[in-house]
Amino acid sequence: MNPLDACDRVLDLVRATAGDTAEAQVTVTTGTSALTRFANSFIHQNVVDNSVDLTVKVTIDGQSASATATGAESEALGRAVRAAVEASRVQPPDPAWPGLAPPSGPAPAGSWDEQTAAATPAVRAGLVAEFVQAVAGLEAAGYCETTALQAAYANTAGQRLEGRSSTATLDGIARAPASDGSARQMSAAVGDLRGADAGAAAARLARSGTDPIDLEPGSYEVVLGPGCVGDLMLFLGFYGFNGRAVAEGRSFAQVGEARFDPSVSIWDDATGLGAVGLPFDAEGTAKRRVDFVADGTICGLAHDRRTAAAAGVQSTGHAIEGGESFGGVPSSLFLRPDAATAEDLVGRMEHGLLVTDFWYTRVLDPRTLVTTGLTRNGVFLVENGHVVRPVGNLRFTQSYVEALAPGNVLGIASDAQLTPMFFGTCTAPTIHLASWHFTGGASG
Amino acid sequence: MFDIASAAVEAALAAGARYADARVMLRRSEMMSAQNGDVEALRQSEGSGLGVRALLGSSWGFSATTELDSVAARRTGTQAAETARASTAVPGPQLDLAPIPVVTDHWESGCVEDPLAVSLAVKGDLLVGVTGGMHRAGAPVAQASYQIWDTEKWLVTSEGSRISQRIRECGAEMSATAVGEAETQRRSYPGIGGQYGTEGWELVRRLDLPGNADRVAAEAQALLAAPECPAGVTDLILGGEQMALQIHESVGHAIELDRILGWEAAFAGSSWLDLNRLGTLRYGSDLMNVTADATLPGALGSFGYDDEGTPAQSVPIVVDGIWVGVLSGRDTAAIAGVPAGGMVRGDGFNRLPMVRMTNVGLLPGDSSLTEMIGATDNGILMDTNRSWSIDDKRLNFQFGCEIGWEIRHGKRGRMLRNPTYTGVGPRFWASMDMVGGPDEWVFYGTANCGKGQPMQVGHTGHPAVPARFHGVRVGVRG
Repeated sequence: MNPLDACDRVLDLVRATAGDTAEAQVTVTTGTSALTRFANSFIHQNVVDNSVDLTVKVTIDGQSASATATGAESEALGRAVRAAVEASRVQPPDPAWPGLAPPSGPAPAGSWDEQTAAATPAVRAGLVAEFVQAVAGLEAAGYCETTALQAAYANTAGQRLEGRSSTATLDGIARAPASDGSARQMSAAVGDLRGADAGAAAARLARSGTDPIDLEPGSYEVVLGPGCVGDLMLFLGFYGFNGRAVAEGRSFAQVGEARFDPSVSIWDDATGLGAVGLPFDAEGTAKRRVDFVADGTICGLAHDRRTAAAAGVQSTGHAIEGGESFGGVPSSLFLRPDAATAEDLVGRMEHGLLVTDFWYTRVLDPRTLVTTGLTRNGVFLVENGHVVRPVGNLRFTQSYVEALAPGNVLGIASDAQLTPMFFGTCTAPTIHLASWHFTGGASG
Repeated sequence: MFDIASAAVEAALAAGARYADARVMLRRSEMMSAQNGDVEALRQSEGSGLGVRALLGSSWGFSATTELDSVAARRTGTQAAETARASTAVPGPQLDLAPIPVVTDHWESGCVEDPLAVSLAVKGDLLVGVTGGMHRAGAPVAQASYQIWDTEKWLVTSEGSRISQRIRECGAEMSATAVGEAETQRRSYPGIGGQYGTEGWELVRRLDLPGNADRVAAEAQALLAAPECPAGVTDLILGGEQMALQIHESVGHAIELDRILGWEAAFAGSSWLDLNRLGTLRYGSDLMNVTADATLPGALGSFGYDDEGTPAQSVPIVVDGIWVGVLSGRDTAAIAGVPAGGMVRGDGFNRLPMVRMTNVGLLPGDSSLTEMIGATDNGILMDTNRSWSIDDKRLNFQFGCEIGWEIRHGKRGRMLRNPTYTGVGPRFWASMDMVGGPDEWVFYGTANCGKGQPMQVGHTGHPAVPARFHGVRVGVRG
């Protein structure tokens, strides 16, 4: 099934049902997502999902409604169109309806790899087997996922976009009796994944965490690994650089303010080198690079068409499916790397902590971005530039904005790594911060 | 639909599976959201498809398709078996399935007023009315939404069960956010994310959103000027909504047998519980009695059969403070040597059924919120969850609430903003010394429980009452 053909069929159905004056937009996504999970060093879950998803939004005289369906057979398309048309007619007018995306050129090429699209369960199982063998003597757990999605967007204003994206991810831990170590790899191409390397790295980390000590809570200098930094970026993007949150006073961000250290530059770019993801958003706006922070100063926000219209700017291509209440959400964040190595950053720390991953982080207040969470998969005490011993997991309560404030960023490494996040991805390096507020040990 | 599922099961067996089951699922859903008196989104969804599980040796495979015909069903059944065959490249120990009865049955949840049949105008007027009212009452951001799910399932197992179910669920929520100089404050009703159940629209009417709108808006504004929750160790009274979250995070997830066995270790985490201590471990005080009861009428975690065809049941989890039960499916139960608990569900036809909470709740005691306040000389009352974080063994937690009140000399005093508390599960539960009675027992519903990879969103219920805890650390700040 060609997704763009399916979009055209839906738009024809809308015109036949509601007339030529109805505005409509449709997205069709098809493809395969497959994920092989392992735990206790064996594959315990192994799933393949062959999907077709359709979303149509109809606006008649400023009244809008959406319908979604799975499958592309005529009956399902017809039911979705009828549902959207009938529902739109009884809706109150939407005073902030921004209209449809106008025609633009073709979307940028998405990340795509044929080998990944054709990856079989045996390919994923092979990568898992390599990981498991590499942690020999420890227990292994994690997942290997391949996705290959093709999507199209079309609307009655003439915008037509096609794109496709593949991803391959290997994310696992090695488990020693009292400590875990993690490793993750992500790419558009399954051929880039190295199961043995990932397993060996996780095992090294787990073994180095044996016999951890408890540490008193307080503020510590820290070196945070790319997984932790991705978490910072995710919350800054979702809560902070969100144009809607800014307009409603729920964000710290004000364009033009130097809220961050001059070493900090943050942007979103699904079309960037090494990025993954579809090349257009849910409203048919093509993805492009959008800068949020340049040398410490906030310089841009994420918008969908609604918040962009209210702010008098163009959409930045950050609308998400079903995200009318959220506003624009970045999904391919980058933090600018610097020249140092992660080892350099640790070497500069006189007394502090090296943290591998964060876990279960939650925002206490979206305005201040005070966040609580725990460390995971390896925390180490550093003295005079050397890792001296492992530390038990700690709970922190820390403002993510203040963490990157002027003067608090002591260094940024060059090891930027594409990392899968709860929503989208982040490409971030290891960073060195002057202060991070730990509020307790995980054991109480 | 049974024929399509049967074709998939037959194909999986023909491809080498020693056990297979197939679920055809049709789900219609609807959500509407409004802000400040305007409807922002209305989405109606219809999804249907087939999901097949195949067990080959000790290895599982799962495959799903949106194509509902016998050809696609056979192809999907074969793919499930082939995926299981790939799993045998990294095999686990021998895997058995705990026995369950072979059943042919149909089950439906109760529903007085079909929520999808209620007119969009009525539903829209409700959201427009309450958000407009809260906005006019001073809330800069006033939001409300409802969600409805109408799910039909047809399950066929290679052991001979053929079970159909229709489960209707709905619920609603509203919130007011006040914006201050340096922070925001939010009040939600009936709680963060709303209140949901396996009921019809009568549930939403019963919530009485309009009757609470002014209070919610006023409390959000008042919180901006309220004093900060003091830091220290004190007696803590939790309202019912926060108790539901406390149960969900520090009991519900901890007793999931797949976690205990390490199957979720890399992502959601494991559990502090050791199966060798099932039946002897003290989880909390003598007042702590917890069940996982999938038979409670109207509760969000209720059903007739789980997605393996195990009948819904009530399983004791904690009795007089002693840990006695787990949440299980057929494979995990066989490993642990316990009966199949009937707690395996999948989020949609295209998601592998896995161990999920049913209605994990605290049984009522003999006190009341009024009595708890009256019996507390120095403490804090907190309610309505705002943030939640717990470690990967489900021990160390830190929860924030939307609102708190000082308790002095048996009376509720001034409002407190940014209340938080932290603790370690068994120590916290051991400090519970007063538990609300049957009159305060509410079946809270959580419609956004994330678990699994690919991520699945589960619907879980949490019967809860207010309770008092002694010597709790509060007021943790960044």
